[in-house]
Amino acid sequence: MPALLRLEGVTAFYGAIQALKGVDLEVNQGEIVTLIGANGAGKSTLMMTICGTPRARHGSIRYDGQDITQLATHEIMRRGLAQSPEGRRIFPRMTVHENLLMGARGHKPAEAEAAMAEVFALFPRLKERLAQRGGTLSGGEQQMLAIGRALMSRPRLLLLDEPSLGLAPLVVRQIFGAIRELNRATGLTVLLVEQNAFQALRLAHRGYVLVNGAITMAGTGADLLARPEIRAAYLEGGH
Amino acid sequence: MSARPLTPTAALRDAALSTLVAFGLFCALIGLKLTPTDAGMKLTDRPAALAIILGAVFVGRLLMLGWRAWRPAGTPSPRLLAEGVTRAGRYVGPVFLLLALTLPLYSGRYVIDVGILVLTYVMLGWGLNIVVGLAGLLDLGYVAFYAVGAYSYALISTTFHVGFWTALPVAGLLAACWGVMLGFPVLRLRGDYLAIVTLAFGEIIRVVLINWTNFTGGPNGVSDIPRPTLFGLKFTGSGDPDTFAAFFHVPYSVTQRFVFLYYVILGLALLTNWVSLRLRRLPLGRAWEALREDEIACRALGINVTITKLTAFAMGALFGGFAGAFFATRQGFVSPESFTFIESALVLSIVVLGGLGSQLGVALAALVMIGGTELFRDFAEYRMLIFGVALVVMMVLRPRGLVSGRTPSIALGARKQIAAELVAQGRG
Repeated sequence: MPALLRLEGVTAFYGAIQALKGVDLEVNQGEIVTLIGANGAGKSTLMMTICGTPRARHGSIRYDGQDITQLATHEIMRRGLAQSPEGRRIFPRMTVHENLLMGARGHKPAEAEAAMAEVFALFPRLKERLAQRGGTLSGGEQQMLAIGRALMSRPRLLLLDEPSLGLAPLVVRQIFGAIRELNRATGLTVLLVEQNAFQALRLAHRGYVLVNGAITMAGTGADLLARPEIRAAYLEGGH
Repeated sequence: MSARPLTPTAALRDAALSTLVAFGLFCALIGLKLTPTDAGMKLTDRPAALAIILGAVFVGRLLMLGWRAWRPAGTPSPRLLAEGVTRAGRYVGPVFLLLALTLPLYSGRYVIDVGILVLTYVMLGWGLNIVVGLAGLLDLGYVAFYAVGAYSYALISTTFHVGFWTALPVAGLLAACWGVMLGFPVLRLRGDYLAIVTLAFGEIIRVVLINWTNFTGGPNGVSDIPRPTLFGLKFTGSGDPDTFAAFFHVPYSVTQRFVFLYYVILGLALLTNWVSLRLRRLPLGRAWEALREDEIACRALGINVTITKLTAFAMGALFGGFAGAFFATRQGFVSPESFTFIESALVLSIVVLGGLGSQLGVALAALVMIGGTELFRDFAEYRMLIFGVALVVMMVLRPRGLVSGRTPSIALGARKQIAAELVAQGRG
């Protein structure tokens, strides 16, 4: 079976600075794949490049067998990808309800209702907070909202950028539990970018390590967790 | 504003500082006076007047500090008052609508004329509110669309001899086209940069109107613009069978035309309001608001940011164009002088003063700003001073506008107003 998402030799630039130096990566249907790396390694850039901003300068990005490298961002996002962006980026003045509806854009009301029911099943907290303004939620609730908003489009592939950013360990466990549950129950494919390497590798089926815009290691989650160089660089607080 | 411990020395120092600032401000403004005499201008100094002003500032500042420090417990803070105003808004709206609908029944021609002017600005405010309040795109050149609408109607009606009601949609659509044309180059701009480009756009339109003499008539403008008709009935005193007075067998009076114009602009303004309220509840309107909140998140959700921004510009311009066409038909004459930057600034201050995104607030602000200008016509020289002071006081007491707070576009069960202090300050 071909991979759901396949990147081949992808490079990306911010002006003259090369952020990605030929990335090869594959995400298969039904997998949780994590991408770990230090600050500034290009993890978020990779996420954004998949979505088309910035556009990949070389290489190709194929999703579900089709080349999406040259498509506009909104066209890419309408093909069954959804992203929960870094820093959550919820709409602070809009209510939880409105935030969720923004994710269901382009869907029929009945479909949006069904998607919302699924989101509430995953994060019951959001249902309690429905009429509350997004900006008044706690950090964990905002992250739930960001993931819920992404799920409203009923994606096949969910891109999660640093869901653990700035959250208490207990909340992180809760969020990661929800991701695992979602993958198990619905077969949702997840590409997860994380600095929190230990938890991410335990959650993921496979992982990639990104250093200075290039993939240096790949393997199953357990395999990567066991490697001494990974332990030294990402797990034991060393740099 | 929490009560801080305040020592008398600190209060005195503060008051003295305020007085010093006031001295700098008023030294030449109040202290010197130019009087024309037969031999030319004569400069006189008025130390007494200056001293009175400075004394007032000193004492006023002391009283203000004292009030802040020793305010008796239980006095409502400005914030609580503000919430009260927001709550009362629910009843104020319908009352104002009723007053607006019945105004011509009990007012004379002058009041109706002022009403027409106020409603024109209410409509402009509501139109700009779509762009600035909902979509968060700061537009300093809104007058351009007003001008396009006015000139479109003026030129179409005088060249092709078509009536107001035929030309109105065309004028609106042309303005909307210009909205899209402005939108394209500024798609990638935000905040200050966007403001500057839109400002330039407004000026470009005006300069073109002045210089393209054989098309627009240049500084002379376009005159003899036809007046609107009621299903073909004219409002003239000629006694012809196709005049309003003759058809309904009522004696002719000039007021009839003013009443008619009043209801036309009221209808147009209410249409603007209804469309903006409807749009807010549609996915497009929600996308505008989301765009104001976070553009990157919008992209991540697959929103076509280009289309969303352009529709906001086009909708705002459409209503600006309608208002412009109405302006042209009311005046019977248009010239570039009516479309200077000050008009853009006025409409924008109405929107900001009213509270970005608030329909009622914008209407109230237009009433205060435009109606107030009329009210103070007798004190013409102090008018700008009064408005300057009013604006400063407003921004100190209610930095988010008269009616701040945002009603969710969708709610299950009871609607809950998002309190004013939670609405980000200074952001769209």
